[in-house]
Amino acid sequence: MTASPASDTRRKAPRPPIKQRKYNRREALAGLAFISPWLLGFLIFTLGAMLYSLYISFTYYSLATNTANPAGFANYELLLEDPKVMLALGNTLFYAVLAVPLELIVALSLALLLNSVRFGSGFFRTVFYLPKMTPAVATASVFLLLLNGNQGAINRGLAALGIQGPQWLLDPGWIKPSIVLMTLWAVSGTMVIFLAALKNVPRELYEVAELDGAGKVRQFFSITTPMISGALFFNFIVLTIAALQVFDQAYLLFYRDNTAAAPDASLFYGVYLFQQAFRQFNFGFASAMAWLIFVIIMVISVVQVRLSNRFVYYESER
Amino acid sequence: MVTTKDRVPAVVGSLTEPAPPPPPGRRRRIARGDDAPLSTGGKVGQVVRWILLIGITFMFMYPFLWLLAASFKPRGQVFDNRLIPLTWQPANYAKVFDELPLLNWIGNSVFIALAAAVLVTVSSSLVAFGFAYFRFPLRGFLFGLVLATMMLPGAVTLIPQYLIWNNLGLVGTNVPLWGANLFGSAFYIFMQRQFFLGLPRETFEASRVDGLSYWGMFWRIAFPLSVPSFIIIFLFEFQASWNNLQAALIYLNAGSPDQYTVPLGIASAMVKYSPTAGGHGDYQYVMVASLLVTLPMLVLFAFGQRYFIQGIATQGRKG
Repeated sequence: MTASPASDTRRKAPRPPIKQRKYNRREALAGLAFISPWLLGFLIFTLGAMLYSLYISFTYYSLATNTANPAGFANYELLLEDPKVMLALGNTLFYAVLAVPLELIVALSLALLLNSVRFGSGFFRTVFYLPKMTPAVATASVFLLLLNGNQGAINRGLAALGIQGPQWLLDPGWIKPSIVLMTLWAVSGTMVIFLAALKNVPRELYEVAELDGAGKVRQFFSITTPMISGALFFNFIVLTIAALQVFDQAYLLFYRDNTAAAPDASLFYGVYLFQQAFRQFNFGFASAMAWLIFVIIMVISVVQVRLSNRFVYYESER
Repeated sequence: MVTTKDRVPAVVGSLTEPAPPPPPGRRRRIARGDDAPLSTGGKVGQVVRWILLIGITFMFMYPFLWLLAASFKPRGQVFDNRLIPLTWQPANYAKVFDELPLLNWIGNSVFIALAAAVLVTVSSSLVAFGFAYFRFPLRGFLFGLVLATMMLPGAVTLIPQYLIWNNLGLVGTNVPLWGANLFGSAFYIFMQRQFFLGLPRETFEASRVDGLSYWGMFWRIAFPLSVPSFIIIFLFEFQASWNNLQAALIYLNAGSPDQYTVPLGIASAMVKYSPTAGGHGDYQYVMVASLLVTLPMLVLFAFGQRYFIQGIATQGRKG
């Protein structure tokens, strides 16, 4: 019996039962056994894969012979020399800057609207959610024709309003807005998160504010915004990460056909990385590209998390 | 919860100073004191909101209606934007199966999505149970790693994972599209752990006293209680797998079209009929196929709506 002060308190508590060691050996082994699938997967498919990816990025990898010849920093130098890397990075960042705020605004507006009707919000929520269930290939095959500059339904609709619609899929300036439009159609996942957050804002806050004579706008900025700031930043971070990795829509609209020439403005980082890795099999260079976007995403995420720690109001901090 | 009380006066307090005069009619609604949401406007406000919602509903539904109509049109009319086809050609629905190996694609996708969803549900709940109920060294650190992998961009592991499957001789098979799910998936582990932590611990300890093994605790008690959250995980993964284009492009693209999944198959059909690739513009088949592979997802949502909504809301809460 060691007479440490901790052993007294331990004996008093009904559980956990008195223990000689910090961990019960049987329990610890059982716990590790339960998490072993993840542990194994993490060591091989995540940590091992990341380290191997880092290693490959310093080599010329040949898939045919499964050999990696040392390349030093050549792949990383190529990141700077290959104009397509910077082009793709620029396109992707531009897309993210355009898409993320619009997604947040549209999703929050829809959530506010749904939250303010007395009945029927469940029905509309279902309807708005359907695009989110639609496979990207189906969305793309429809939008490819809807966005057609000459006969597409969107430009026909605009023409009916007297607006001359752009060549969505041909004009370099309108390619990113086209993809944003497709993304906005399926924005309901974000909307549902906002809706859940809005439902958690205590009704009394609005009642008190109304008694104090605060208008709707004032209520939105002084009550709603701080109360849902957690969801706001969560969506902000998640949407940014997703936007920086955009692939499906760009691939389906512009790169599905390997023979056709796609416009420069549609070359997104994820697409170029995919091409380098699995069409050209330049594994070394593609791995260097992967690490560049990894670092960029990490830096942006850290900045966003820092920001959120400053501005987010957490209801229950543990 | 506790901190709410501390913070509320601060939030509201800032409102009290520059109070604009309340518009007439505003106070009456408060005095009524009923349960109706406050910020719903009057009757007029409700009508305006409904009109707005119906307009937005039309915008959201239009692509579906357009797709439905296009799937019944003959070749030359697919682009005509009519929501009621000028010429009805229901034969598209029969002919698409001759044109494209659609049944193969659906069969492949069903198999892969089922395998992916079942495996990830079982493995993630095993892991989650380990994190929720047992004390072992580095538990907090390891769970932190689970959370960290949720943020990890897929690009940095894409190539080594390909090399692993390549060395196992499995590139060209559908194993890489579901095999990694044996190891659980971070977000589902997180969600399932939350669920287990919500179950009363006493249930497990009583069963332990009764001589049930650790495995018995999981299999006999935790597993049956978890059906609702299993449904969420299953549905999410099924949908994610059904829609997964990139993995199919990487692992199946070089093989026979019969091995394709639904997304890869339709992507290939978009090329096949494209005039620039030597096709004749028979996009009506792409439309039929798109519609047929979207329908199962809509049905899935119709039956599992509350699970999807709940799952998404959980995502938001982890932030």
